[in-house]
Amino acid sequence: MTDTKTAPASPARPAARRAVTVRKQRSAVGKQAWVYGGLILAGAATILPFVWMLLGSFKTQGELLRRPVTWWPQDPTLDNYVRWFSDLHIDLFFMNSLIVAVVTVLGNLLFCSMVGYALAKMDFAGKKVLFLLVMVTLMVPGVVTFVPLFVMVSKLGLVNTYPALILPFLVSPLGVFLMRQFMMGIPDSLIEAARIDGAGELRTFTGIVMPLCGPPLATLGILTFLGSWNNFLWPLVAAQSEDKYTLPVALSLFSTGQSATDYGLLLAGSVLVIAPIVALFICLQRFFIQGVASTGIK
Amino acid sequence: MATATATGQTGRTPSAGLPRTPEYRSPASRRRRKTLVAWMFALPFVLIFGLFMLMPLLSSFVMSFTDFTSKDVRNPFAVGFVGLDQFVELFGNEQFLHSMANTGYFVIAGIPLTMAAGLALAVALNNGITRFRSAFRVGFYTPVVTSIVAIAVVWRFILQPDGLLNLVLGWVGIAGPDWLNSTEWSMPAMILMAVWRNMGTLMIIFLAGLQNVPTEVLEAAEVDGANAWQRFFTVTLPILRPTLLLGAVLLSVGFLQFFEEPFVMTRGGPLDSTLSVSYFTFNQFGFGKYGLASAASYVLFIAIALLSLFQFRTLRSKD
Repeated sequence: MTDTKTAPASPARPAARRAVTVRKQRSAVGKQAWVYGGLILAGAATILPFVWMLLGSFKTQGELLRRPVTWWPQDPTLDNYVRWFSDLHIDLFFMNSLIVAVVTVLGNLLFCSMVGYALAKMDFAGKKVLFLLVMVTLMVPGVVTFVPLFVMVSKLGLVNTYPALILPFLVSPLGVFLMRQFMMGIPDSLIEAARIDGAGELRTFTGIVMPLCGPPLATLGILTFLGSWNNFLWPLVAAQSEDKYTLPVALSLFSTGQSATDYGLLLAGSVLVIAPIVALFICLQRFFIQGVASTGIK
Repeated sequence: MATATATGQTGRTPSAGLPRTPEYRSPASRRRRKTLVAWMFALPFVLIFGLFMLMPLLSSFVMSFTDFTSKDVRNPFAVGFVGLDQFVELFGNEQFLHSMANTGYFVIAGIPLTMAAGLALAVALNNGITRFRSAFRVGFYTPVVTSIVAIAVVWRFILQPDGLLNLVLGWVGIAGPDWLNSTEWSMPAMILMAVWRNMGTLMIIFLAGLQNVPTEVLEAAEVDGANAWQRFFTVTLPILRPTLLLGAVLLSVGFLQFFEEPFVMTRGGPLDSTLSVSYFTFNQFGFGKYGLASAASYVLFIAIALLSLFQFRTLRSKD
C-alpha cells in the first residue's frame, strides 16, 4: 500500500515521521484544549434547554412571567406536578402510553422475528415478493396512510380504542428487515443440525435461532419503544377522548388549548413526558446507539 | 441415503435406527409443505401489515382520485371518481403551494446545517479528544430520544421575544427577533430546533463511518505534508461520502414529514409561514376533505419514495 512509486523517498520516511510525532506532541495539548472547549460549549447548548425546562417546572407562574428570566427557582414549588396528577389524570395518559408501547414492542419482537426467520432461512414460493414488499414499504410515512386508516378503523368501530392505537404499529417492515439481516448471519449448519436432530421449524426457531438474536431484538425493542412513546400523528387522530390520550397527545392538546399560557404546568408536563425515556436512554445507551448505527449503516 | 421408510406426517420420529429420517414425499409436495410452513411464520405479519399498512397505502392512492369526504365514511364505495380533479385543485391552491415551499425550505436549509453540525461533532469526538468521549456522545444524543411535542412546548417558551434564546444572544450583543411571531424568523427558529434535535443521529452514523477511514492512509498523507484540513478534505471526506449520502437521505425522509413543531409552536402561522405539507394534509382531513388530503399526502409520498429509491441505489452501489 505504501510506496511502490516513491521508492527513493522511503529512507527519509522514519525521520519525517519522527518530526511529525514531535510536532504532534507539542501541538496536541493545545489542540485538544480547543476541541474540548468547543465540545463543552456545544454540549452546554444541547443540554441547556433541558436544564431550563427542569428548573422552570418548579417555578410559579408569577416567576415564569417575570423579566429578566430567572435561572434558579426563587420560590420552588411542586404545584405544577401536583396539578398534573390530581386534576389532569397524567397517570392515565402515562398508562395509555405504556400499554400501547409495551404491546407494540412485544408484537414487533415476535412477529418480525417470525417473518425474518422465514425470509432468512426458509425457501418458499412467494419469498421474493414478500421481501420486495418489505423493502418497498420501509419508508412509508404515517401521513400517507392515516386518512384511509381512520376510515377503516371507523368502519370497524375501533375509533378511540387501544386496538386502534396499537394495531397499525404492531409490525414494521424495518423490524422484519433488521431481523432478517441478522438471521442471515446465523450459520446454516446450525439450523441443518437442528433439523437433522428432528426439530421442526417451530422448535428450531424458538430453541436455536431466537436465543442467538439478543442484539437485534434489543435494537428493535428499543427503536420500537421510542417510536411508540413519541408517536404523535396517529394517536392524535385515533384517540378522541381523554381516557385514550397518550402523553404527547395530552401535552399537545393542553399546550394549544385551555392551558396555552400556563407555563409552569406545560414545563412540568414536558418533564413528565421526557423523563422516562431519557432515564431509559441513560440506562441502555449502548443499545440505543448501536441501534441507530446499525439501522443507519446496513 | 436412507430413502426408505417414514411416515409422511411426522418426519421427526427416530425410526428404525436410521442416521437420518427424511420424509418420503415427492419433491413437489415437500416444497408445498415448506411453503406452507414458511407462510405460517409470516402469517401474523402479513395479516396486520396487509390490513393496516398496505391497504391504507393503496386506498390512499385510490382516494386521491375521488371526492371522498367525511360524510362518505358510512358508505365508502359510493364515492364518485373525479380523475385528477383533486390534484388540479391542489396545485391551484395557494396554501398548498405555500406549504410545499415551506417544507422545501425546511429540508434544504435544515439538512446541510444538521449534517455540518453532526459531522463536526463526529470528527471532534473521533480524533479530537481522548477522554469523556462517551459522556459527550450521550449528551449530544439525548435530544434525539425525546418527544418532539414536549421539546416543541419547551422551545415555544425559549423562543419568546424575552426568552432564553434571546437572553443568550444578548450576551454576545445580538438583539434576537420575536421568533415565532415573525413570518421571516418562524421558519429559521424551527430549523434551529431541528438541527439541535437531530444532529445527534448524524453524529452516531458519521462516527460509525469514520471507523472505516484507514489510519495508514491518513498517516501517509500526514508524512507527505498534508495538514489537518487537507487530510480531512482529501482523505476523510471522500471515504465518508456514502455515509454522508445515507445520513442526508435518512434525515430528509424525516424532515419532509415535519408536523409536530408547527402544530405545537405556531399552528402553522404566522400567515402560514410554517405550514408544512403534513400539516396541510392534517388540516384537510380535519375539514373532512379526505380526497384532497389523500392527494396532498401522495405528493409528499412521491417525494419520499424518490428519495428512498435514490438511497436504495446508493446503498447498492456500495456493495
